[in-house]
Amino acid sequence: MSDVTESGVTDSQLGQLATLVRALVAPPESDAALWASLRRHTQARIGLGRAGSALPTRHRLELQAAHAAARDAVHSPFEPDAVAAALTGVPTIRVRSAAPDRLTYLQRPDLGRRLDDIDRAHLPRDDWDVVFVVADGLSSRAVHDHAAPVIRETTALLPATWRVAPVVLAEQARVALGDDIADALGATLAVVLIGERPGMSAADSLGAYLTYTPRPGRTTDADRNCLSNIRPPLGLSHATAATKLVALMRRARALGATGVALKDESDAALSPG
Amino acid sequence: MTTYTATLGGRSHQFDGLARLLAAASPERSGDRLAGLAAESAQARVAARWALAEVPLARFLAEPVIPYEDDDVTRLITDGHDAVAFGPVSGLTVGEFREWLLSEAADAASLAALAPGLTPEMVAAVSKLMGNADLVAVARKVRVVTAFRSTIGLPGRLATRLQPNHPTDDPAGVAAALLDGLLLGSGDAVIGINPATDSPKAVRDLLELLDGVIERYSIPTQSCVLCHVTTSIDLMERGAPVDLVFQSIAGTQAANASFGVTLGLLDEAYEAAKGLGRGTVGQNALYFETGQGSALSADAHHGVDQQTVEARAYAVARRYDPLLVNTVVGFIGPEYLYDGRQILRAALEDHFCGKLLGLPMGLDICYTNHADADDDDIATMLTMLGVAGASFVICTPGGDDIMLNYQSASYHDALYLREVLGLRPAPEFEAWLGRIGLLDVGGGIRDVSGTAHPLLAIGKEAAA
Repeated sequence: MSDVTESGVTDSQLGQLATLVRALVAPPESDAALWASLRRHTQARIGLGRAGSALPTRHRLELQAAHAAARDAVHSPFEPDAVAAALTGVPTIRVRSAAPDRLTYLQRPDLGRRLDDIDRAHLPRDDWDVVFVVADGLSSRAVHDHAAPVIRETTALLPATWRVAPVVLAEQARVALGDDIADALGATLAVVLIGERPGMSAADSLGAYLTYTPRPGRTTDADRNCLSNIRPPLGLSHATAATKLVALMRRARALGATGVALKDESDAALSPG
Repeated sequence: MTTYTATLGGRSHQFDGLARLLAAASPERSGDRLAGLAAESAQARVAARWALAEVPLARFLAEPVIPYEDDDVTRLITDGHDAVAFGPVSGLTVGEFREWLLSEAADAASLAALAPGLTPEMVAAVSKLMGNADLVAVARKVRVVTAFRSTIGLPGRLATRLQPNHPTDDPAGVAAALLDGLLLGSGDAVIGINPATDSPKAVRDLLELLDGVIERYSIPTQSCVLCHVTTSIDLMERGAPVDLVFQSIAGTQAANASFGVTLGLLDEAYEAAKGLGRGTVGQNALYFETGQGSALSADAHHGVDQQTVEARAYAVARRYDPLLVNTVVGFIGPEYLYDGRQILRAALEDHFCGKLLGLPMGLDICYTNHADADDDDIATMLTMLGVAGASFVICTPGGDDIMLNYQSASYHDALYLREVLGLRPAPEFEAWLGRIGLLDVGGGIRDVSGTAHPLLAIGKEAAA
């Protein structure tokens, strides 16, 4: 019929599609069962049914509930005390960005990337190998749920010789605030754990950004490596994130770089297992 | 540099150069504030509009907002300007142009003839003097018709992009979302996937999946896997089933460079796509996405406000006779468009400017969860853009895109819009919907929940 069947991959794809179509041709006992079987393949909101042209009430309210969870994640205040408590025994330092509140933070990314001047003076400058920065970003919930366990599991895997700075807990913070912090501390590597922009299906996703010798104003996003979607049980587990982070950190130190160069050479280190 | 002045509120307001004047005249939005370009006060904003209303349209040809030497988009705009087409409005000021656009003299035929004579800066300027209703009233008069396997932009029609994204590009997951969209009568503008990766192999797999479905069920539509233009060029050379060549574009050379594209590269893609001849009722084979804020985000705005830069992206688009252009209006986030009010205004501006410049404008009416917006904003925007005659809108299952983590219109929203405004799908696609039993007697999409499933017919066609 069509030349696309010459490709083995396409055969397989069309095979799966044919399975779906057969499911539709010979539907299971009910409409609900049919869509339940299709939903095994995707989290997309398919087969919702209709009330006239609109969504049935239940699905409309479910969408609003998911949106509310995402909005609450964006606007829930960061609780550094709770993160500090979860990091039992680990020294912490609190800082704020130059964005005074959430409304300003959302409209002024430049302020969220800059350290408050008073806080800068309080960061203990030393010969640190790495600083972990916990940044609220766009989901404090992600940070509350995942930051402390990721830091604990990551530091446990680091060589004992590495000098780890106090964990910096940063409010109204963007990723690049870590550049300012690492620069002020004199840290070689910055690992920023930050709440990612929440989607309706994932309001608690944590991202980890690794930057070697960050310099405010000169470091760009191309100089960073990112692990995203740290969000057990659906996303990356804390243990997997820690393993991948440590592999990246060791490679970064050996290479003297993060960003594109590191990503290209670290695939083997990051392979599953 | 020319200084523009107006007196308001007992003081004289000065604006150094057209770029500053245009920026100050823009409605309040977070991106212009972030860029340091917004008017310093509400009165300064209105003063800028008074001054802008007095500027002759011809002035925009003499004073480019970004120097000719510095920017290839400026060169494209300047060198491509059609002085003959410009004739009918060449003696007007911006304020007079607004009134002309709203008058009966501006009808579908005169607006179509005028398009090559307008520059992005002229249409951006006049949009700043218009209210939301003005933007609807004028855009509604403009019709831009394009075609590939379906015809987009005809009066009384609204097409949709079916967007069956999946976070891992799982073929079964994509197919399930695709069937859901087809059952709800969506997909006549394009079946378009944002892939999780830009790898040529992943893109080709998805292209072949979509091509297989379109061909097996003889659906009069086109597919697109939205990858970088270089990936498409490579895939076309290897014989992959590329219908539409996609690219994100912006309004300055530097912003396009941040997307990894040049006009030369787009020229190359255009020639390659034309050469394929895969359309049946037309050969408009390019698909562009744009959106306010991308030039600022790339630090490539040259001190020009985000709406004017956005309009300049349309000058790039129109060089390539695209089938579809859409602004992804609320995607970038609240640092550019803060809330539902700012997103709505931007959507109306973008649609108006694109249409006046001769483009088949559609919209991804959308917002992210850190913007102050919700599904009621989607409904408001959809309704206004439907009245304004948008060529197409993007639709996702339940309005929730699980790959890009943002909210867009849903297939249900498109059903609503067609129903309340009496809009119909693209004619070729509508006929196909009829053939497979998805149309009801009134021309709407049948609710096929339950047992009488029209996809039984699809299954029989597949078996035949």
